[in-house]
Amino acid sequence: MTTSMTREQERLRWRSRRGLLEMDLILQRFLDQHLTTLTAAEVRAYDALLQLPDNDFLDLAMGRKGPDDAALVPVLEKIRQS
Amino acid sequence: MALSRQIFDTVIVGGGGSGLRAALQLAEAGHHVAVFSKVFPTRSHTVAAQGGIGASLGNMQEDHWLWHMYDTIKGSDYLGDQDAIEFMCRKAAEVVYELEHFGMPFDRNPDGTIYQRPFGGHSQNFGERPVQRACAAADRTGHAMLHTLYQRNVRAHCQFFVEWMALDLIRDYEGAVVGIVALEMETGQPMIFQAKSTILATGGAGRIYHSSTNAFINTGDGLGMAARAGVPLEDMEFWQFHPTGVAGAGVLITEGVRGEGGILLNSNGERFMERYAPTMKDLASRDVVSRAMDQEIKEGRGVGHEKDHVLLKLDHLGAEVINKRLPGIREIALKFANVDPIREPIPVVPTCHYQMGGIPTNYYGQVVAPRGASGSNEVIPGLYAIGECACVSVHGANRLGTNSLLDLLVFGKSAGDHLCQWLKSNPQHRDLPHDAADRSLERLARLDNAESGENITEVANAMRRTVQHHAGVFRTGKLLREGVEKIREVAERARNTAIKDKSRVFNTARIEALELENLVIVAEATLVAAEARTESRGAQAREDFKDRDDKNWLKHSLWYLEGSRLDYKPVNLQPLTVESFEPKVRVY
Repeated sequence: MTTSMTREQERLRWRSRRGLLEMDLILQRFLDQHLTTLTAAEVRAYDALLQLPDNDFLDLAMGRKGPDDAALVPVLEKIRQS
Repeated sequence: MALSRQIFDTVIVGGGGSGLRAALQLAEAGHHVAVFSKVFPTRSHTVAAQGGIGASLGNMQEDHWLWHMYDTIKGSDYLGDQDAIEFMCRKAAEVVYELEHFGMPFDRNPDGTIYQRPFGGHSQNFGERPVQRACAAADRTGHAMLHTLYQRNVRAHCQFFVEWMALDLIRDYEGAVVGIVALEMETGQPMIFQAKSTILATGGAGRIYHSSTNAFINTGDGLGMAARAGVPLEDMEFWQFHPTGVAGAGVLITEGVRGEGGILLNSNGERFMERYAPTMKDLASRDVVSRAMDQEIKEGRGVGHEKDHVLLKLDHLGAEVINKRLPGIREIALKFANVDPIREPIPVVPTCHYQMGGIPTNYYGQVVAPRGASGSNEVIPGLYAIGECACVSVHGANRLGTNSLLDLLVFGKSAGDHLCQWLKSNPQHRDLPHDAADRSLERLARLDNAESGENITEVANAMRRTVQHHAGVFRTGKLLREGVEKIREVAERARNTAIKDKSRVFNTARIEALELENLVIVAEATLVAAEARTESRGAQAREDFKDRDDKNWLKHSLWYLEGSRLDYKPVNLQPLTVESFEPKVRVY
């Protein structure tokens, strides 16, 4: 799997390394299922989510809060379902 | 191959709480500082700290640093160095007020003072009654601290190298540390960073355990760098465990669940805590519950395919109680264990949380190690270590809650202060040795050239399984001896790994291979030191040596990578200004 990943995908995988174990686990499952099939728009949305502080991202990923930006909804839904 | 080179006064490896606190002290004094971090600094693992910062402000009840000192020494099971502990407890109020001044959003009392929470082990008047000593920012203390310190560092023009991994220390012919070799992930290129001084602040290495609360980045990079450069690792047998982490994930289930009536069951469906603690049962102290769980697993009464966990049952509490009083727990169980605790038990296992040992330092953060045959402790010029990767030693054999964030602040600042003075008397850069980058380049060349070899993930799993099984909470001589053998086999395999992807650009497999080399060093140090220590003290609980043995073991272990050799040094029982706290039997 590693060899077939593009550099962009590798970059996203590394940036999914977080300070909170919970986020590491959630994002690992999401990436294992979806990384190679994300659309350009989803990559943009995921990049935006990766910019968030861990605790805020965790609240969104656990569904405790909804995102301010509607563009984040589809990829966030995939994260929650993974 | 000639590497390009940059020059700084100080390079700091690690952008978590301690690295940022030290950087701030230096950058505000006008020094040219670089901080290296594998991830964006505010995503360091410090963000996971919730409990608070211990400081005897006395905002709730009367409190005194000497009482905090006593609690810390007792908590350490008398393995903590009393000079460093006095230093930390006396400095606690100052570093908390400084953080307040930097803009940290502490919880407040109605009168405007910092609110302080109760926390286990914090007492008034040498153990007489509990005291509220923990300063917190809701449940986001670590998060708030990182953001506060990061902003302040940006303001002070500290330079950050984000998504860089430090590979090795550079030592000159006299043993002084003169910089590091670090790798930029974006390009995959190594570069030399020459510096008058280097601070290791890379955090703990909790990922050596199969079940760990630590984030994936906690791979002990600073410990590996130090060990490869000939620096010993101190007290690596001491790891703090939490009894109930979700099996296979590591996410914590709070002890409140057992407080509400949750019970632990083995594979026979037996409530085994009744045998280990007939009175307190499932509410016995953390270490008792952890050890009982691990013993059940070791004796074959574990649950699951690998018989490697037990069950935490709470369905008998009913949906209403669970939803009302433990909503967060149901959420965690559903997300990370894939079970609904209203109907099914949660698989749990004792889970590694904190590393008490590390790179040996004094309370200025200077790395100290025995030199030559005389064995006297001497400072390694130019090298400092702070935070969880260091062993100063304020936590001894067992850390008191809220002292980890305090440790970051006090010793981060102390190292920064000491360096500001040290740089005045050491204004010149020392020359780089001719072989400055050789070790790092050999490591990279091996990975880049290996056509076939061991799979990184498989070796990492073998390491984590070995450490979890052989150096868990329940330890015996036999288990540890077998563990030492096995981890040496794993270490051999780790020297023969290969990666398929040979690209340089953002090659995460390459990074993970380099991280594994660091983890394996820490794992071997842990097993070897634990096997040799034939006593029980703090987090080291030996079934075959159940008592603390102050006559033979009131000393720190020092493990050397070369020859996997052990040495020892005495515990410093002499505080700075007050009388020594003599070792006593530890009862709560």
